[in-house]
Amino acid sequence: MSSILTCKNLSKHFGSKKALDNINLNIERGRIVGLLGPNGSGKSTLIKLCNDLLTPTAGELQIAGNTPGVETKKIVSYLPERTYLNDWMKVSEIIQMFQDFYQDFNIDKATDMLKRLNINPNERLKTLSKGTKEKVQLILVMSREAQLYLLDEPIGGVDPAARDYILDTILSNYNENATIVISTHLISDIEKILDDIIFIKDGQVVLTKSVDDIRGENGKSVDALFREVFKC
Amino acid sequence: MSWDLKSDRPIYSQLIEQIGIKICSGIYPPGSKLPSVRELAQEAAVNPNTMQKALSKLEEDGLLYTNRTSGRFITEDAKMIQQAKQKLAQDQILEFLEKMKSLGFGKSETLSIISSMLEEAKQ
Repeated sequence: MSSILTCKNLSKHFGSKKALDNINLNIERGRIVGLLGPNGSGKSTLIKLCNDLLTPTAGELQIAGNTPGVETKKIVSYLPERTYLNDWMKVSEIIQMFQDFYQDFNIDKATDMLKRLNINPNERLKTLSKGTKEKVQLILVMSREAQLYLLDEPIGGVDPAARDYILDTILSNYNENATIVISTHLISDIEKILDDIIFIKDGQVVLTKSVDDIRGENGKSVDALFREVFKC
Repeated sequence: MSWDLKSDRPIYSQLIEQIGIKICSGIYPPGSKLPSVRELAQEAAVNPNTMQKALSKLEEDGLLYTNRTSGRFITEDAKMIQQAKQKLAQDQILEFLEKMKSLGFGKSETLSIISSMLEEAKQ
């Protein structure tokens, strides 16, 4: 299987702080991968590097053989940790904007998901609650037919029922050639849908393994293993 | 019947077990068509790759077979299903005996409890 994302000796320093320290990773196509680590471990830094929002201090990062830039942005769908959408816009206007921006945007999918989550397309973003805003943003991201989805904390602010729906959405929109990377610390909620996990701690990768291997070898859930590895 | 997945065992082996139970109990009758990988994965809220892995194993074991053009079907071989049933029953009993052992019950004690409980249930 070909890989969609590779990191070679990748480092990112902010002054004297090493946010990422010599990371080597290889993520294949067609996988759902959990990027797991405590707060401040470097999850978001890694995802930002993939999106060309940060540049590496050393080493290299490639997405489908290209360094992050115009070409990779066509195939990467990114859910940032913070919303960047204009508050004054209507949901329908934002959807229109995404359709103009991205060739692979599927407007039918977006409309359908809005309907299922009872979100009125004519509402302005600023009138929506925090959780609903997050839902809108996730709908936008998952409505693209991308090859790599990078979801930074996609389920943090939504209620458990919507969480189930979101995971359902992720599963139903997922195609065999696309890879989804989900960064989160709400592990127990998502571990059933993951193929592989990456544990990251203080800017270093401490473990990469498949979920079933972890359960088979350690006899415990990823959530339990996480609590053990990152015990404070 | 919903999917009840425990957190301390590999997901795919639990899927194999649960689909096996559904076949044995007739929820998926012999010869009927199984839902698609995607549908099953969504129903169980698991990764489609994991579901695929479980179905491949069941196919290897002979409980399922693939018709190249029209999908996956449950075997029509009644003997095969009977065997699977037997195997599931044995697994359940082994687990039970294991628990009884940890409670300090020997084989004969366990047996006598079972038969006395069955007697009571009859009355």
